[in-house]
Amino acid sequence: MLLIHCPYCNETLPEAEFTYAGQAHIVRAEDPSSQSDDQWEEFLFIRANVKGPHYERWRHFHGCGRYFNAVRDTVSDKFLTTYEAGAPRPDLASLTEGQK
Amino acid sequence: MTRFNAFSLLKNALSGNKNWTEQWPDSQPKDEYDVIIVGAGGHGLGAAYYLATQHGITNIAVIDKGWLGGGNTGRNTTIIRSNYLYDESARLFDHAVDLWQDLSQELNYNVMYSNRGVLMLAHNVHDVQSFKRHVHSNRLNGVDNRWLTTEECKEYCPPLNISPNARYPVMGGALQQRAGTARHDAVAWGYARGAAARGVDIIQNCPVTAIRRNADGSVAGVETGKGFIKAKKVAVSAAGHTSVVMETAGVRLPLESYPLQALVSEPVKPIFPCVVMSNAVHAYISQSDKGELVIGSGTDQYTSYSQRGGLPLIEHTVAAITEVFPIFNRMRMLRKWAGIVDVTPDRSAIISKTPVSGLYVNCGWGTGGFKATPGAAHTFAWTIAKDEPHPINAPFTIDRFRTGRLIDEAAAAAVAH
Repeated sequence: MLLIHCPYCNETLPEAEFTYAGQAHIVRAEDPSSQSDDQWEEFLFIRANVKGPHYERWRHFHGCGRYFNAVRDTVSDKFLTTYEAGAPRPDLASLTEGQK
Repeated sequence: MTRFNAFSLLKNALSGNKNWTEQWPDSQPKDEYDVIIVGAGGHGLGAAYYLATQHGITNIAVIDKGWLGGGNTGRNTTIIRSNYLYDESARLFDHAVDLWQDLSQELNYNVMYSNRGVLMLAHNVHDVQSFKRHVHSNRLNGVDNRWLTTEECKEYCPPLNISPNARYPVMGGALQQRAGTARHDAVAWGYARGAAARGVDIIQNCPVTAIRRNADGSVAGVETGKGFIKAKKVAVSAAGHTSVVMETAGVRLPLESYPLQALVSEPVKPIFPCVVMSNAVHAYISQSDKGELVIGSGTDQYTSYSQRGGLPLIEHTVAAITEVFPIFNRMRMLRKWAGIVDVTPDRSAIISKTPVSGLYVNCGWGTGGFKATPGAAHTFAWTIAKDEPHPINAPFTIDRFRTGRLIDEAAAAAVAH
């Protein structure tokens, strides 16, 4: 079972309290009607699916109920960090340095 | 290759089984091939086999980063069925079930296909309505499926608990009699042996690190652990790692990779005569010929490339199994594992040409690729050889995520895959 740190509750808790909410930092277009079919495909369906550090959203469903973002390595399943929704994307180099 | 028949079995039995020849050579890569297939699972090896037998293309390499059949082909719960709701899916999966019927004869290799029947249990009114809709839809498509009452379910599968006081009461079930199981490893081995006998090179323990393209954009070949190999056509059939491989050719796919778990019990004498699936409570169970109960669990909620998966899912699955089949509540489980499955947004597969000339992809099988092995391999080979899809896989394009013409089994089918 994963142990996940909720940045709002500031506690590290079991995975069972959380729900996964897919890739993070996907921004909906300001003006949807201006989007082409290719842009809609990209927004709706195409995902990074990276093998390695992955920016993703989680929700503390059985806790504060809030969404937050995380960086998790999809090979080891280790969390590199979690941060509040709306915060800028953390720099990957500084995160992986801290791991070594 | 020695052909298996009663005479060769007898002859080799009398000589202590010491004179069997190897079933396929451990090939080393040549400089150039007509077709390179990335991924030596059932789908990839099968495509090589059908390219060789039906399209006259034998200058083929099937390349895998591990050993053949060591990915999802060797990790699934071997369930075969075709009771899908939509016309496109019904045609594709029933095509596979048609090919399963005499695959052992075709390959001269016993894949142990057993059409013992797959029974899907309905536990609530919604299940009953949804499954009956499936039965009707299937019959209109010529796919075998029929409705069983609670008592008929018990008769078909005696270990079932049909007590009205059960936590998950059985309100009936949908039975596909023609469905069943096969020996998963034998499928990979049979296709590998058949393909190698026709000149296909099977190159194991050789990771494909990148797909290279020519200046005009068409495919040039693949970079591997054993150097660059030139190819006229490259076909990717790499399951959970498909998007990683395809990204190197500049093709981004609507895929996400999740761990899917399964587990087996200690082996016991024959007790379980069929395959039972209970989608509402997530419990899929059958008994292997070795005697183990083979139990399918679900995908973890997060994407991952670790072939492990979390224990909460296993606990959930085993809890459901022991409710539906109380007879098993003291069985000991031997081991559990996970395979990495590539899931599309509409939960239907992709067997398609790509925007790159000479590059083809067979992916997105999610949690249910094994059952489709012969059908997917057959239509994928057709697509590679003719550079156009077979009518059966024509709807399963990459393009559908742009046009919106999805095959939305996820929402409407209410079935596990």
